[in-house]
Amino acid sequence: MDPILLARIQFAANISFHILFPTVTIALGWVLLFFKLRFNRTGDAAWMAAYRFWVKVFALSFALGVVSGVTMSFQFGTNWPGFMEMVGNVAGPLLAYEVVTAFFLEATFLAIMLFGFGRVSNRVHTAATALVAGGTSLSAFWILVLNSWMHTPAGHEIRDGVVHAVDWWAIIFNPSMPYRVAHMLLASGLTIAFLLAGLSAWRWLRGDASAGVQKALRTGVVLAAALIPLQILAGDLHGLNTLQHQPQKVAAMEGVWETERGAALRLFAIPDEAARTNRYEVAIPNLASLILTHEWQGEVRGLNEFAGQHPPVAPVFYAFRIMVGIGVLMLLVSWVAAFRLWRGGITRPLAWALFGMTFSGWVATLAGWYVTEIGRQPWLVTGILRTGEAAGPVPAATIGLSLALYLTLYAALLAAYIATLFHLAKRPGAPEPEALGGRDPLAPLPAE
Amino acid sequence: MAETLPPGAWLPIAFAALMGISMLLYAVLDGFDLGVGILLRRTEEEAMRDRMVASIGPFWDANETWLVLGVGLLLVAFPKAHGMILTELYLPVVLMLAGLILRGVAFEFRAKAPAAQKPRWDLAFQGGSLVAAFAQGWMLGAYILGFAPGWGPLLFSLLCGGFVTAGYTLLGATWLIWRGEDALQRRAVAWARHALWVTVAGVVVVSIATPLASARIFDRWFGLPQLLGLAPIPVATAGLVLVLHLALRHLPRADHRLDWVPFAATIGIFVLCFQGLAYSFWPYVVPERLTIFAAASAPESLAIILVGALAVLPMILGYTVFVWRVFGGKAKALSYG
Repeated sequence: MDPILLARIQFAANISFHILFPTVTIALGWVLLFFKLRFNRTGDAAWMAAYRFWVKVFALSFALGVVSGVTMSFQFGTNWPGFMEMVGNVAGPLLAYEVVTAFFLEATFLAIMLFGFGRVSNRVHTAATALVAGGTSLSAFWILVLNSWMHTPAGHEIRDGVVHAVDWWAIIFNPSMPYRVAHMLLASGLTIAFLLAGLSAWRWLRGDASAGVQKALRTGVVLAAALIPLQILAGDLHGLNTLQHQPQKVAAMEGVWETERGAALRLFAIPDEAARTNRYEVAIPNLASLILTHEWQGEVRGLNEFAGQHPPVAPVFYAFRIMVGIGVLMLLVSWVAAFRLWRGGITRPLAWALFGMTFSGWVATLAGWYVTEIGRQPWLVTGILRTGEAAGPVPAATIGLSLALYLTLYAALLAAYIATLFHLAKRPGAPEPEALGGRDPLAPLPAE
Repeated sequence: MAETLPPGAWLPIAFAALMGISMLLYAVLDGFDLGVGILLRRTEEEAMRDRMVASIGPFWDANETWLVLGVGLLLVAFPKAHGMILTELYLPVVLMLAGLILRGVAFEFRAKAPAAQKPRWDLAFQGGSLVAAFAQGWMLGAYILGFAPGWGPLLFSLLCGGFVTAGYTLLGATWLIWRGEDALQRRAVAWARHALWVTVAGVVVVSIATPLASARIFDRWFGLPQLLGLAPIPVATAGLVLVLHLALRHLPRADHRLDWVPFAATIGIFVLCFQGLAYSFWPYVVPERLTIFAAASAPESLAIILVGALAVLPMILGYTVFVWRVFGGKAKALSYG
């Protein structure tokens, strides 16, 4: 098999596995801070119970995020040596700033956040929670700056075949950065909102009606209902920004082959790249033009204008529909649930619906990343470096072997992660000795 | 030496120093984590295992971050070398990463998964630590020989894998002497005694192999004025080994005032070995092939990283010291707040 394709599959597998966990921790950090602040304000033990449960989810997700992230920092070199050789002068400082400003902050204060209650004052513990939440968001910011720059490079010049930074302000605030950061942070918020609601609904369905569970469920539903309209707006703006800078990606998302006025919105189709047309198309006339150009007869440029320069159509087209479909479902479920909670209480069918949506944020986030990353192909850095040019000299057999190892490991860990979440949720609301140290987690350690 | 340096050389030198310090800090800090992991299943007692894990629980995450910084600096400051080294070391890197993944997640899973699975996660913890340590030694061996191909060099690399594993085990055991109590501490003294002699053998073998691998290094070691400058390193190393040997014979003492000595002495040995290697390979980042000056990124990019790093590193040091103080003293059981 083609070593470049294998290297891409390996990196895609790794980054797909990795992104699941930061998506959880970015927003969960802030939710934990919210729980902690509510507890400080009200003194209601239920908030602390919610904190104690969800901090375990945070710890588990954080560990998986760290180990898969370390792997990524090596795969830049093992799989894509050409990437850093070409754009290292821009990518390097951004990655370095992520490590020194964010990684150490979150990793160090995590210890206080997880194990420090009772060893440090309550105020310091709350501050540690805030620092960890801030660290995860800061880390997301830097990596999204780099990713956005790869989509819409700015502030650089090419000398002797190597990219040199000219204007750091322009590099950091490159055209797609604000949209991507907003879209991803909201995606993280929605992921955690549905995880909170779904896991709590499951605990509730199993008969755990403790106040901590109810508070987490309510927080999740309200957060979801509040964030989803914002996310739809942010997604729309992000799409318009993409149309401006990467029109070929939008053409693939919409499945538009020929440039047309009054383009229809394809709800479903099977794109056929060989014949350069769609099969079994179900479409609403003029709607794509309306969404993209805000005019009934607006012009949408088709893929044929970018022959040989556009991404593979089918994966981008399908992934976009999965993401949008889940978004619509999120809107529906969260608003119905919010209305039900407001008008009295949760019903069993609704609880099942929330449970069914537990990991919906993951699916939508992954689908969204596939749209934007596959949509950037054949470029690794738009207009500067093609993906194939960045690949290393490692033979296919070696990559294949390590890919098999990684895939096995990731499948096992993902299964263990999900099983452990439900195992933790199965425990009754009453405290149980934490096996890590063998003490009752509700009883704070005596200060030393 | 100074007059032969190319102009503007101070930036690559500063970054080589930062990178070296990060790697050394990683080896020492995660070295004791990995060592404790390697020793985890030497006891059957669950309570003792829990205490061993609890002793490193608050630290391992930040410790591993030094690896990310070290590799990150290699990546950002010397991108050509990063690609060259990591493609040469593809296999041990993959192994190390798999090991680090298993070790890192086992921390969480062994405490949170159903109790019946705990032995399995302990196995993952130990196996992951062992594989990661061994792979790092393998990389060291391959690096020393300048990535020479063939069975001989591979054998030497695998031998180094064993030596680094022993070195980390020594660090882990001496950490447990410092942070452990009672039965755990007594067991740790016995573990440290065993690990010490394999570690010493490793230091000797690597010291013989390094000058033999390259005529340039041989001259730098045994040329005449240099030999006198280099001599303190082996002398000091031998002194520390003696200190360790004596301490391990007399610990644990009733007053526990010297529990930290073996750990400190082991760190000293690591630092000296690192100095020896740094002295040998300077100014190469890829042995005999690429110097730090030829591999360095553009100065304007290095400068902006340096500004950020120098602004933030004191803060990192500050809050690291704070956390070490909060979790100082003998290891206690950990619980979520």
